[in-house]
Amino acid sequence: MATADIHIAEDIHHGDHHDQQQSFVTKYIFSQDHKTIAKQFLITGIFWALMGGLMSLVFRLQLGFPEATLEWLRPIFGGWITESGKLDPEFYLAMVTMHGTIMIFFVLTAGLSGTFSNFLIPLQIGARDMASGFMNMLSYWFFFLSSVVMFISLFIETGPASGGWVIYPPLSALPQAMSGSGLGMTMWLIAMVFFIVSTMLGGINYITTIINLRTRGMSFTRLPLTIWAFLLTATLALLSFPVLVAAVLLLIFDRSFGTSFYLSDIYIGGEALPNSGGSPILFQHLFWFLGHPEVYIVILPALGITSEIISTNSRKPIFGYMAMIGSLIAITLLSFVVWAHHMFVTGMNPFLGSVFVLLTFIIAVPSAVKVFNYLTTLWRGNIIFTPAMLFSIGLVSFFITGGVTGLFLGNAALDIQLHDTYFVVAHFHIVMGSAAFFGMVAGVYHWFPKMFGRMMDARLGYIHFWMSFVGIYSVFFPMHYIGIAGFPRRYYSFTNFDAFNSYTDLNALITIAAFITMAAQFIFLFNFFYSIFRGRKAPQNPWRSNTLEWTAPINPEHGNWPGEIPTVYRWPYDYSKPGAKEDFIPQNIPFSETSESNLPNETESIKLEGFDKKDAIVVDDTEE
Amino acid sequence: MMNLVLIVGGILVLTIIIALVRVSSLISVARKEGTKVDKSSNRVNGALMLIFLIVSGIVTIWYSISTFDTYNLPLASEHGAVTDRLFWTTMAVTGFIFMLTNILLFYFSYRYQYNEERRAFFFPDNNKLEILWTVVPAIVLTLLVFSGLTAWHDITSKAPKDSEVIEIMGYQFAWATRYPGKDDKLGNYNYRLIDVENLFGLDFSDRNAHDDFMPRELHLPKGKPVLFKIRARDVIHSVFAPHFRLKMDAVPGMPTQFWFVPTKTTEEMRAETGNDEFNYEIACTEVCGRGHFTMRLLVIVDEPEDYEKWKAGQQPWLAKNPGYLSKIPKEMRELAMINAGISLDEK
Ligand code: HEM
Ligand SMILES: [Cu+2]
Ligand SMILES: [Cu+2]
Repeated sequence: MATADIHIAEDIHHGDHHDQQQSFVTKYIFSQDHKTIAKQFLITGIFWALMGGLMSLVFRLQLGFPEATLEWLRPIFGGWITESGKLDPEFYLAMVTMHGTIMIFFVLTAGLSGTFSNFLIPLQIGARDMASGFMNMLSYWFFFLSSVVMFISLFIETGPASGGWVIYPPLSALPQAMSGSGLGMTMWLIAMVFFIVSTMLGGINYITTIINLRTRGMSFTRLPLTIWAFLLTATLALLSFPVLVAAVLLLIFDRSFGTSFYLSDIYIGGEALPNSGGSPILFQHLFWFLGHPEVYIVILPALGITSEIISTNSRKPIFGYMAMIGSLIAITLLSFVVWAHHMFVTGMNPFLGSVFVLLTFIIAVPSAVKVFNYLTTLWRGNIIFTPAMLFSIGLVSFFITGGVTGLFLGNAALDIQLHDTYFVVAHFHIVMGSAAFFGMVAGVYHWFPKMFGRMMDARLGYIHFWMSFVGIYSVFFPMHYIGIAGFPRRYYSFTNFDAFNSYTDLNALITIAAFITMAAQFIFLFNFFYSIFRGRKAPQNPWRSNTLEWTAPINPEHGNWPGEIPTVYRWPYDYSKPGAKEDFIPQNIPFSETSESNLPNETESIKLEGFDKKDAIVVDDTEE
Repeated sequence: MMNLVLIVGGILVLTIIIALVRVSSLISVARKEGTKVDKSSNRVNGALMLIFLIVSGIVTIWYSISTFDTYNLPLASEHGAVTDRLFWTTMAVTGFIFMLTNILLFYFSYRYQYNEERRAFFFPDNNKLEILWTVVPAIVLTLLVFSGLTAWHDITSKAPKDSEVIEIMGYQFAWATRYPGKDDKLGNYNYRLIDVENLFGLDFSDRNAHDDFMPRELHLPKGKPVLFKIRARDVIHSVFAPHFRLKMDAVPGMPTQFWFVPTKTTEEMRAETGNDEFNYEIACTEVCGRGHFTMRLLVIVDEPEDYEKWKAGQQPWLAKNPGYLSKIPKEMRELAMINAGISLDEK
């Protein structure tokens, strides 16, 4: 820790120096301040969420009202609307693909981790900034570059990538197979490589910062669960995304340089291709080796955020802090060894399938532990329904509802029937999509005052929550029935099959619910942008929370704390401690000032507190 | 359509109005001090938690019961009975967990709303509880997983020797089927031999290929094991026969398979469902391009005798496309004609 301190001292110097000559460009655009970068990620994420959301409305229209004419969309989509006023089936697939890609990578990975890891890590561990502000800046700008490439791909003549967000070859490898596999796919691949570079740069920074730049007293067992979640998320990303790079590179070779990594025995477009010896299944293994950890990359930060918010607003310590960390670690490790549960019916060796069934069921246990711990945290709490709290409770509900359906899909014998039906769509939209989205929104409501120094309007927040919560359940819960009935996903229309000729009513209902849910998001957007400029001024610690960020000035400058960084003396969850004056004791309050509420071992540790002071020997208590 | 536009427009306008209304109140709030808990809205949200729980609970239970026949697909295979039993066992177990935890979540939220007079209960950890809810789910999941693995093991076991072997090949955007013919052996193929007529790329230098036939629709015998040999020739497709609880990807360059026993003829299923037009179908469940949603294959399950009769009436592909005889090596040509049942003087 001593080294970290020296660093910080330099940093202040640095910061001061910069502040004097900061131009608009270095302050708001090429900024190295983690707070600004966080906001850049957030705004870009919101933009993409809007795009992805609108796309889903387009294909929901097709599914809910297949008879309707979409002539009125011609001004926007031009030739993608057919003569008869319908969506072109390939355009439908393009929309589905881009929706998935955007939501999973650009919104729920970059928008969520990028925003909150950046914003919260230095503020909650007590650091001036990230370990490398420059790499952090690069991280955003690679994401921006990736966004630009992906965005342009929406407008090219052959359309964007269309083979599903999982881009299985040979479909994605052969431009003859569909028009989206031409230039659109190339751009998708390029955008993803930039995206991965961005994620790597960010991840390395998050991990380094958390390990090296914690303030005095901030041991690992005093870290807020948000930070634990960000640490493990970054680790996951760092270990799994490179595999996607490999998969993508091989695909690029197959597409452009005539190699046969994924291609073999193909006859398409009236000719037999020369490729032989490749395996399309190899791609799936590589893809899901990232793909499964990716779903946890998406959910872990959301779980970290809600742990923090639920504890604060229940006015209770999070139940089982160590168990929460333990289950986060268990999930992280296990998520590397379950990937093939996405591939039960690819024809892989059934014995291998059995192994993945077992491992998949093991990962359900730590997930269950988390849920029970949330419930116990609420039990006998003193619950304040801030908008952030509502969204966190909603997240827990989604996590349960979507988690139990995982137990159907993880059982290979059942997955035979359910794979690639709407049951899977229901499962992952609830457990991942909606839950992580709620985590992100909860985070925005909760930390908005720290980000912008103003409050968002709570009542609009309530309306936003209830419309979204009911809306999302109405969209995705009915999909379970449709899935059990066997309806395959990524179908443009169901009229070709007798077996799938029902449920027009339910599909229409889903579409209407989707529109309502989307409308609710405009309330949020209004609230967000309005409050940035006109919201009520935030007090110092609006949620009466324990974590360090609330000790920083309401509008922190680059460097976060004007003077010395506060020292940490306790864990972040001393809420409603018996005997305490208030129902919260921030992390920077020493035990020597709270003799009325100290537990016996805490009273003892007062002796050590003196040593923590600046010029004394720094006690490194990271070992616990 | 116009209606929908109106609905959407209406919602948007409403949104804007709400927003505008709030603008004014925001300004008035702007001066108020603020970390106090707003009691009335806290009470409203707490009550809504309970209302949501009750209403959504009732709707879900009512809908699940009243529309059971819509989403529960009729079943027509032996292993499907095992799958279905496992499905409903899992439903019972997870349904219980689902209801219990969601009820606790919303009930606690309602019950323990903020009250200035009260303090939350300081309860940071309890190892007994943690162990309890690690071990109990672990045991329950173990039970589920073992019945699941047994089923999986049986379903994916080797097909019985006497299975009817039928090949299904996916291509953009249809299925093609091939039966082995009189010799009960599927002939070799080579994807380089594929052309507009020879969809499968049959290699007629292999005598087993001479009598293979390729009907438009799939016929299966009731009560006999059937082995699907599955492949694709362009991109990945997936054979999905929902009534047989069967799914297997069709992968170019990597043949796959799936065996099962159909248990009900099409006629029997028509009687059972009361739908005279009922038909078994195979759909594609791996996105494969613009026609993905049109890849339908009609399946007919016959009584074994009818099935044999139907089979006997099918003409080998070679007989239907005698032009391909010229591609067969001279010395084999006669043999091929005999195998394909082409009368020798025709030529
Ligand atoms: C109880 C734990 C869980 C289990 C046992 C489980 C199991 C599964 C299985 C077996 C599949 C493959 C289904 C198929 O394609 O046939 C699947 C799909 C999926 N799961 Fe889960 N899951 C669990 C939790 C989660 C969580 C927490 C997330 C994300 C945060 C998640 C996200 C997804 C996604 C995104 C897919 C679909 C990917 C696609 O095909 O496009 N799951 N899950
Ligand atoms: Cu997975
Ligand atoms: Cu398909």
